[in-house]
This record gives sequence, structure tokens and C-alpha cells, in this order.
Amino acid sequence: MAKVEFLGPIGRASIEVDIQNLSELKNYFKEDKELQEWLGICAVAINDTLVCEADVPVSSHDKISLLPPVCGG
Amino acid sequence: MLELHDGSLHVNTILADWYAKISDKNYGAFIPFVGIVRDEDGIEGLSFDIYEPILKSWFDAWQERAKAQNAYLLMAHSRGDVPNHTSSYIAAVVSPKRKVALSMINDFVEDFKANAPIWKYDLIGGKRVYAKERSHLLQGHGLLKADA
Repeated sequence: MAKVEFLGPIGRASIEVDIQNLSELKNYFKEDKELQEWLGICAVAINDTLVCEADVPVSSHDKISLLPPVCGG
Repeated sequence: MLELHDGSLHVNTILADWYAKISDKNYGAFIPFVGIVRDEDGIEGLSFDIYEPILKSWFDAWQERAKAQNAYLLMAHSRGDVPNHTSSYIAAVVSPKRKVALSMINDFVEDFKANAPIWKYDLIGGKRVYAKERSHLLQGHGLLKADA
């Protein structure tokens, strides 16, 4: 099971999901109305590297992180 | 060098430590930037969450960039609550000559604001309010949003 973590202000506990790629995760979240608000503005990292394509394969040991807009300093 | 501290940064101590580390390394310029939390819009301070793995890789990539110009980067940032009129962020560049450091401090801080995985909250009435309107979208955002 891949782990999904919701960083910063999203404020949700991590979950584990059985998926083969990010497109399946997108489908997994599609009915979650509250999360959809975040997904429109969140970037995605797999194992701490940002990704820009949804067909990236995901394995059972991968960590997927959702990163809302940032503002340090 | 990257340091993360809980609460406000002790500016005098951090800058003195950094100066002691670099002063005998034959750098001719030490250009620090100190960010101080301002009292505006009724906030009591700011608060921060940090995602350390990506912050570290972002910083390491910048350090490589600095090394290519014989420069060196130092950065400290706060985790958690930082009251008004105290510091949450210090960045510094050292280089043999001033022009490299003066130019790099600007580029580094701008990229930090746009890409470092840190989330800022206003402290209002003792509560954290995500500073969404002042935050920056990261590359690839919206990848998992359902198609309309």
C-alpha cells in the first residue's frame, strides 16, 4: 500500500491506498468534495520529488505527499 | 548550512556563530538577510510548518549552485509560533567578492519564497490562520484535481 500524506494546512491524517499510478489516486479522491478544493492548488511529490504527470507509476512502498501553496520567511 | 529552530530565531547568536565559522575562510563578503515579523492586520505573530525532506533537497541544490561560484549559503528558519517583532528567517551568502553574494542573496530569497516547502499561518486570537492569499503555487499543482 502506498502512503499518502497531506502536508501543512490540509490537516488530515495520512492514509494508505492500493494504487498503480497517480491517475488512480486522482480517481480515488474524485468524490471527496472537501479535498477537491485542496487538490486544485496542491503540488504532488513521490518519495520527496515533485512530479508533474499523472501517469507516473506508484509502487506499494512509495510515499506520496500533497503540498499546498507555500510561503516561508 | 541549514538550521531549523523552534520558535523565534536568536538573531544575535546565530549571526555571531555564522561569522565565527566563516571569518577565517578568506571570504571577502558576508551578506545576511534577516526577516522580522511585522505587526500588521491585527496579527499577534506568524506560525510555520516545514516539510524537511524537500526543504533539504531544495537547499542542497542551491548550495551546489553557490559552490559553482565559490560562494556558500547559510539559512535558519523557525518552526511553530513566532511573535511580532522577532525573527523567523535568516539567510546569508558568503563569497570571495561582494558582487556574487549581493546578487545571490536576492535570487536565493526570491526562490525560497516561491519554492521552499514551508507553510505560513497568521496568529489571530491565539489561532493559526493559513496565509493562503500570500502563498505561492508549486510547480505541477492541480495534478490530482478531478476533471471538470
